[in-house]
Amino acid sequence: MSIVDKGKEAVQGIAQAVVKKAVELAPGALLPGGRPDPLIRRQHGHIGKPVSRVDGPLKVRGAAPFAAEVALDGMVYAALAYSTIARGRIAAIDTALAEAAPGVVLVMTHRNAPRLNPPPRFLTGDKAAAGDDSPIMQDDRVRWNGQPVALVLADSQEQADHARSLIRVTYAEEPAATSLPTADGCEVGTFMGEPLRAVVGDADAAFAAAPNKVEAVYRTPRHNHNALELHAATLVWRGDELFVHDATQAVAHTAWSLAQIFGLEEAQVHVGSPFVGGGFGGKGLWPHQILAAAAARLAGRPVRIVLSREGVYRAVGGRSPTEQRVALGADADGRLTAIIHRGVTPKTRHSPMPEPFILPTQSAYAAETIALEVQTCYLDMVANTFMRAPGEAVGTVALECAIDELAERLGMDPIELRILNEPDKDPISGRPFSSRNIVAAYRAGAERFGWDRRNPVPRSRREGEWLVGMGCATATYPYHRMPGGAARITLDAAGRARIDAAAHEMGMGTATTHTQVAADRLGLPLEAVSVRYGDSSLPGVILAGGSQQTASVGLSVMMAHQELVGELLKLAGNDSPLAGLGVDEVESADAGLRKRDEPDRFESYASILARSGRSELAVESSAPMPLETMHWSMHSYGAMFCEVRVNAVTGETRVSRFLGSFDCGRIINPKTAASQFRGGIIMGLGLALMEETQFDERNGRIMTRNLSDYHLPVHLDVPEIDVIWTDIPDPHAPMGARGIGEIGITGTGAAVANAIHNATGRRVRDFPITLDKLL
Amino acid sequence: MGITVNGTAVELPDDPRVSLLDLLRDGLHLSGTKKGCDQGACGACTVLVDGQRILSCLALAVQYEGRSVTTIEGLGADGALHPLQQAFIEHDGFQCGYCTPGQICSAVAMIEELRRGVPSHLTVDLAAAAIPCSRDELRERMSGNLCRCGAHNGIMDAIATTYPAETHPGAAE
Ligand code: FES
Ligand code: FES
Repeated sequence: MSIVDKGKEAVQGIAQAVVKKAVELAPGALLPGGRPDPLIRRQHGHIGKPVSRVDGPLKVRGAAPFAAEVALDGMVYAALAYSTIARGRIAAIDTALAEAAPGVVLVMTHRNAPRLNPPPRFLTGDKAAAGDDSPIMQDDRVRWNGQPVALVLADSQEQADHARSLIRVTYAEEPAATSLPTADGCEVGTFMGEPLRAVVGDADAAFAAAPNKVEAVYRTPRHNHNALELHAATLVWRGDELFVHDATQAVAHTAWSLAQIFGLEEAQVHVGSPFVGGGFGGKGLWPHQILAAAAARLAGRPVRIVLSREGVYRAVGGRSPTEQRVALGADADGRLTAIIHRGVTPKTRHSPMPEPFILPTQSAYAAETIALEVQTCYLDMVANTFMRAPGEAVGTVALECAIDELAERLGMDPIELRILNEPDKDPISGRPFSSRNIVAAYRAGAERFGWDRRNPVPRSRREGEWLVGMGCATATYPYHRMPGGAARITLDAAGRARIDAAAHEMGMGTATTHTQVAADRLGLPLEAVSVRYGDSSLPGVILAGGSQQTASVGLSVMMAHQELVGELLKLAGNDSPLAGLGVDEVESADAGLRKRDEPDRFESYASILARSGRSELAVESSAPMPLETMHWSMHSYGAMFCEVRVNAVTGETRVSRFLGSFDCGRIINPKTAASQFRGGIIMGLGLALMEETQFDERNGRIMTRNLSDYHLPVHLDVPEIDVIWTDIPDPHAPMGARGIGEIGITGTGAAVANAIHNATGRRVRDFPITLDKLL
Repeated sequence: MGITVNGTAVELPDDPRVSLLDLLRDGLHLSGTKKGCDQGACGACTVLVDGQRILSCLALAVQYEGRSVTTIEGLGADGALHPLQQAFIEHDGFQCGYCTPGQICSAVAMIEELRRGVPSHLTVDLAAAAIPCSRDELRERMSGNLCRCGAHNGIMDAIATTYPAETHPGAAE
């Protein structure tokens, strides 16, 4: 990390500390969220209804335009060549054959690439987007095995791919750090400016003195997002303005960051990304968009770049591996006296964060003493990055397996052990929980799943060749709402509303849920509301990440609605039944405003606009700083239940039943929410049983660079997955809803591992649990 | 002679390296057929050739001279959605929608395979006239179509409700 970067992170840390202090001194009622969102109480609106996706008809017809599906006149196709060493210099690069190949328009290497500023690394500024801040094709340095070293533009993809194969690179190789023992230094990791370390009391001493204890090391491998849509961009320069059709989770961040890289004003870069074919943390700003834009400028032609599947593995980072030691000490009754969760994970000098696997442990259990720490070691590899529930996905694997191991040691039911250690406030920060109903989720889940049929004695149920077992684990993911939320509401003369926000639709149901929320907010039928998103020209800096988009957009629309009501009252004037009323006295209903306690005093939006001679009324507002998370400990929760069948002969594991019982606040759309939950759980099944990016520690090269060698769950691996939820609104979250996009992958790995242990008596701590480990 | 795509005759590409997938997407702008790997590993590029499902990324366009290709754009009749497309919406058989055209084309042909009595890896009685179609039998037959968003349950529900006769006779659920 450079001194500048250290400085930036330190500044962020100081700023957070100042805000924290201010918040602690402020009375709760003054905080955003202190007065609950009125929609929380609304019972008979669109929220809570299983509305089918508004973009469904487009998607089932294959008519939703993804980034690689925009055709531009004169467009050329890009192909990339990647380094085959982990560290060193490009000694020579022969591009003559490629340049002479049919259809080739440009071959770009570090020798002729335009001069670019380094990509702003994500988290170093409020709109920084890059997953890697290494200079892109600016020098002869090779920083990881798979770094793009040349780009070809040609009239067709076939021509570009062929020409790329003709490029010959000679390297001057240097010793590289490609395994933990050869790491280029280790230190305590930081995440969002805070050290990944927490200490309450003397956990080591308490652990040593505990009458009951377990201690083990758990390992999780590298993972890749493997969104089915390949990373792609179609882009064109018009004069000094850059237009990018991107596949990204961060349109506003990407526009600003590209402007920095190319030395432009932010307004000169336009990024659109209306549909994203899966993101999971992987669709940010990576070298391919930057290189394509640079090449388009050199060639003076529009460019389409689509990474090959191998290219995605080479140029886009994934989740880092972890080695986590968990030690739990408990008294005779099972009360935790010590939680120790420490471990190590590699990162690069250029990536935004180490995999923060201690995060779930921070708020999990009441314990007298706690010691948490992430050590990070620097390797030469593709920059590791955020992948669905960074921290929690793999952190819960270790913690929740350890809890299961402790329950067995104590002879206790693992659910009862968890409930016994349920904290009444956040164990580290001391803040109250905004809403935590994890016990209710466990009780409801246990009953529905038939937990009482589980035999606590491992390997006690056998059906023919199959050993059958059940396991459970806690799921948890924090509520986030990042600064930068904004939205615009535009009412037209017919009383229809359009919501504009620079949000994203990667399959989470963004367009659908916000149509529902805005319809309730404005008192409109669903058909009268449309939502525009996925474009950097729209209001807000809204990351589709951290399961925060719904809260960010939802609160922004709520703020804009308040302003809209004020504007409408002004326009209504003295001839309206609403004359003389203030904002707090009216509410939206039936496509207009009415007095709260005198519903006959009503005027429709259309009537107000018509009388004032307006064809439309637009109001834009931004969400206040997310101070609610500084006042309350806010998390989504789940109780995960799994039944497995393990073949006693082959060691093969089949997941036969799975239930997720969630406590995530109010559920806005049960249909799309169930899909989000299931999608996370299925990725968790992959994490448990098959997913692993294999990395050659001798040369830093990823070996599983396709969808045949990296195993994803397929249809036959996925049973019917049952999902239920408490639906208890969180009074401190917009609409009462906390995030649901990431929690499904948390807890799932441990629930599977615990079920396998119950089935077989084997405790596998090295993930994924492939059949060879059960023989 | 060229290829027929969704009922329209189109010319073969000049470059014999062009896959059927790239012909559809880049040449004809029929981008409903998706590219998820270009290596035959994901199923996103599934199209129907004379009613049978193939991976268009593994097919050279010039090999398909004289054949009739149906893509997702050609599945519904007269602009209306095919019943399976409608069922995907009802049962939320997708999230991002990127695997969806491939899943739908694959399922349409898979049902024909069931009707013809084509066995799968899971089929126990290879001689049976009608294959008892359990959920696992369906899952096995759709396992070549990956979905990273995890819409598997909705996809199965959509297929089963659209084709009750084919997917339920003697189903060993
Ligand atoms: S794109 Fe053809 S199988 Fe993946
Ligand atoms: S819906 Fe996204 S990959 Fe299937």
